[in-house]
Amino acid sequence: MTDIRNHTLNFGPQHPAAHGVLRLILEMDGEVIERADPHIGLLHRGTEKLIESRVWAQSVPYMDRLDYVSMLCNEHAYCLAAEKLLGIEIPERARYIRAMMDEVTRILNHLLWIGCHGLDVGAMTMTLYTFREREDLMDVYEAVSGARMHAAYYRIGGVSRDLPDRMPQYETSPWKNAAQVRKMNENRQGSLLDFLEDFTERFPKHHAEYHTLLTDNRVWKQRLVNIGVVSPERAKQLGFTGAMLRGSGVEWDLRKKQPYAAYDKVDFDIPVGVNGDCYDRYLVRMEEMLQSNRVIRQCIAWLRANPGPVMSDDHKVTPPPKAEMKSNMEALIHHFKLFSEGVCVPEGEVYAAIEHPKGEFGIYAISDGANKPYRLKIRAPGFAHLAAMDEMARGHMLADVVTIIGSQDIVFGEIDR
Amino acid sequence: MSAQSETLRQRLETRLAGRVGRLVLAFGELGLEVAAADYEPTLRVLRDAPELAFDQLIDLCGVDYSAYGDGWQGRRFAVVAHLLSLTHNWRLRVRVFAPDDDFPRLPSVTPLWASANWCEREAFDLFGIVFEGHEDLRRILTDYGFVGHPLRKDFPLAGHVEMRYDPEEGRVVYQPVSITPRETAPRVRRNARQETGSGETHD
Repeated sequence: MTDIRNHTLNFGPQHPAAHGVLRLILEMDGEVIERADPHIGLLHRGTEKLIESRVWAQSVPYMDRLDYVSMLCNEHAYCLAAEKLLGIEIPERARYIRAMMDEVTRILNHLLWIGCHGLDVGAMTMTLYTFREREDLMDVYEAVSGARMHAAYYRIGGVSRDLPDRMPQYETSPWKNAAQVRKMNENRQGSLLDFLEDFTERFPKHHAEYHTLLTDNRVWKQRLVNIGVVSPERAKQLGFTGAMLRGSGVEWDLRKKQPYAAYDKVDFDIPVGVNGDCYDRYLVRMEEMLQSNRVIRQCIAWLRANPGPVMSDDHKVTPPPKAEMKSNMEALIHHFKLFSEGVCVPEGEVYAAIEHPKGEFGIYAISDGANKPYRLKIRAPGFAHLAAMDEMARGHMLADVVTIIGSQDIVFGEIDR
Repeated sequence: MSAQSETLRQRLETRLAGRVGRLVLAFGELGLEVAAADYEPTLRVLRDAPELAFDQLIDLCGVDYSAYGDGWQGRRFAVVAHLLSLTHNWRLRVRVFAPDDDFPRLPSVTPLWASANWCEREAFDLFGIVFEGHEDLRRILTDYGFVGHPLRKDFPLAGHVEMRYDPEEGRVVYQPVSITPRETAPRVRRNARQETGSGETHD
C-alpha cells in the first residue's frame, strides 16, 4: 500500500448524473471531496453575441433555448426588458396569460427536476410518474403555441395569439382503436382552459403520490438531509436566488417583492426552508408546485371572465392584424417596416428580472437606439448556483455531489448560454 | 417603485458624497457611474452601509462600447454590476469604465461578494478585462485553448476557426472558418437620444 491517498477524479462531461455537459474535476481524499472545480462552457453557443446581430423580435426563440425546461419564463424576461425600453403597456389579458403560462412552466420545470433528482439519487420511479403529468402540460404548450418545447409564444407587446377555444384531440390509428381514443379525449372536449382546469384538479392528488414516494422515504432522507447545507448569509454572498435562497430560510420571491405580469392580483404563498440543506430545497420546490397550481386556477377563472386583446395595439411595435394589413395603407406600412427593419428601440439600458423556476432570471439590455440590441446580458440563476458547487461539495462524499447537482436544478442551456 | 428610487437616490447622494460620478434615473432604474479608483471602495460602502445594504451582487458583466451609436468617444471597456438589496428591496446598477483601452484592468470585487467570482471570469473570457486580485482568473465559457475575446465588437460573429474531424489524422482539427458572413437585417439607428424622461446622456 502506498501512502498517497489524494487523487483527482474527472466527472463528466458525459455522465448521466451531470444533467447535461458538466465536467467536474474533483480533488479527493479517499471518498471525500477536497475541491470541486466545475468546467462549464461545453454547451456555449454564443447566444449573447448572436442576439447582438438580430433585430429585437428575432431573439425571442433564442430565449427558449437557454433554459430548455422552462422556456416561456426565459421569453418573459426578454419581453419585459424590451417592453420596458419601448415604454409599452401590454393588455391585461396578456398579463394573465403570461402569469398562467409561467406557472405551467414552473410545474413543468419542477416535475422534470424532481424526476431527474430522484433518478440521480436512486428513486427510479419518480421520472415515470412525473413524465405522465408533464405530458399534459406539454400538450398545453403545444395547444397554445404549436410547439411542445420551444414555444416562442410571447411577443414584445403581449402574446402571439389568444388561447385556443378547442383542445386538440387524439385520432384513431392502427395502434389506438376508437374506444381507447374516446377515453383519451375525455378531458379534451372543451377549450384549453377546461383541459388545464381538469389538470389542476387532478394535480394535487398526483402531488400527494410524489410525497408518499419520497418525503418520508428513509433512503431519500439519508441521501438529502444535512447535505449541501448553506446558511442564509452564505446564500446571499453566493448570489443564490429562487428556491436555493428560500431553502436557506430567506423569504424572497420576485413575484411578491417586485411583482410583474399579474402576480400582484393573484394569491399564493412562498414556502421557506429552515436548514438550508438539499432536503429543505426539495420541500420548498415541492410546495411551489402546489402554489403554482393555485395561481393557475385563479388565472383560469379570470381569463374565462375577461375576454379581450392579447397584444398591444401600438403598431409601431407590434404587427397589425393580417386582415387590416390587406385593406389599410398605414397597417401595410407598419407591417413592412416591422418585418424588414424591425423596431428601433429608444436609447438606454434596462434590467428586467423575473422569478424563474430556478431563481432570478434577468435580462440586462443596452440599446443605442438601433433596431438591434447593443449588448444583451443574460443573468442565469444556475450560473451563480453552480459557482457555489465547490463550497457546497467540500467535505462531502462523492455520491453527495450527485445529490447537490440535483438539488441545484442545473440546466446547461442557461449556464453556458 | 419611484418613491423608493427617490429614497435610494437621496441616501446614495448623502452617503457617497463626492464619490458619486453620475447618478441616473432612467426607465425607473437607478444607475451609478464611478471612476475606476472609486470602484471597489464605493461597492464596499454600498454593501456595508446599513441604510443601503446591497447584500447581493446579482450580476456583473463586461460591455464593449467601441461600436456604440455613430461614433463612441469615451473609454472602450466597462464593467456593469447589478446589485440587489434583499433588506430594502431595491436595485442599483454600477458602471465603471476601465481607464486603459489596450489593457483593461479593474480591481476584483470577489472579496466583497463571492458571486463575483464566476462573473469576473466570464467578463475576462468574453471581453479580456483583467480583474486584479482575482485568485482564479481563467477562461470559463469558451473552449480550452481558445484565442481571442468573442464578445468584443471587433470579433466576427462567425469566429476565426472552426473544428472538424479529420479522418486522415484520426483526430479533431481546427481550420479557418468556411462560413461567409451574412447579415439578415442591416443595422439602422433611428432612435438615438430619447426626448422624454430619462435625461440620460453619454459623453
